[in-house]
Amino acid sequence: MADIPGGGTIGAAGQWWRPSSFANPSNFMRLSERVLPWLIGLTAIFFAVGLTMAFRAPPDYQQGETVRIMYVHVPAAWLSMACYTLIAISSAGLLIWRHPLADVAAKAAAPIGAVFTLLALLTGSLWGKPMWGAYWVWDARLTSVLILFFLYLGLIALREAIDEPGRAGRAAAILSLIGAVNIPIVKFSVNWWNTLHQPASVLRAGGSTIDSSLLIPLLVMALAFTFLFAVLHLKAMRADILRRRADAMIAAHVRGEAGSSTLAVGALPHV
Amino acid sequence: MFDLGPHAGFIWLSYGAAAIAIAGLILWVWLDERAQRKRIETLERRGLRRRSAS
Repeated sequence: MADIPGGGTIGAAGQWWRPSSFANPSNFMRLSERVLPWLIGLTAIFFAVGLTMAFRAPPDYQQGETVRIMYVHVPAAWLSMACYTLIAISSAGLLIWRHPLADVAAKAAAPIGAVFTLLALLTGSLWGKPMWGAYWVWDARLTSVLILFFLYLGLIALREAIDEPGRAGRAAAILSLIGAVNIPIVKFSVNWWNTLHQPASVLRAGGSTIDSSLLIPLLVMALAFTFLFAVLHLKAMRADILRRRADAMIAAHVRGEAGSSTLAVGALPHV
Repeated sequence: MFDLGPHAGFIWLSYGAAAIAIAGLILWVWLDERAQRKRIETLERRGLRRRSAS
């Protein structure tokens, strides 16, 4: 795995935008600090507009008012797949190119993806009861999303089960790439099998089948969720980089490489 | 605007779950970053240095 002890060398000021220097954790910390206030602002604005539109949109001719659950359910479901795709790409980045931030990105995304997947399952269930008459059915879409949720839990548990961070990162990367086969299954399950879950109605060949009065609030909420994910992911990545720095400081101290401190290892803070 | 019909409970539960999930995630990432920052400060106060800072 790409170990990130202290951030390595820092490029000259103003060179952070080069792809090679962006891979540097210190540059990432500096860039993310600049970007985060803007992303937080965009998230707040899009949620304010999206929620207003979601509750002002007309009821659906079939679903009635229950269609409002879709403004939370659909963005959460999209993010559940997008987040796993990001983890799979990051894992490839770690295993193939040993990109220094790839492991941080994959590790930070897993808990966020798990929460969004759980939210998609929960809101789908709350929509299903009044619309289908059941909270849950074992159809291909619902089952594959449940498997996706278990994959997220598996990734988190695998990292926790292996003490050495390098091995944990590689093992999680391999598992995430194997699990990536589930993403097209989730996406195309409604086309491949006869499911109770409706087929794609926004991202489909031939264009959306949703009326613009319902589609626009949905897209605004999807953007709000996407900006939120970006904020959460950047913050979680920053926290993990700091955690690795602190771990590296302790490791260096134990090896006697850093400073002349006579501090006992047992007194050092571990989080 | 807020007369959500006979299934209002399902709608409010969905939005409530989303609010709790999002608030939980925000709290987690903010507290985690703050905890790690404090941890590094504590280490530095006790004389440990980052390799790149030495």
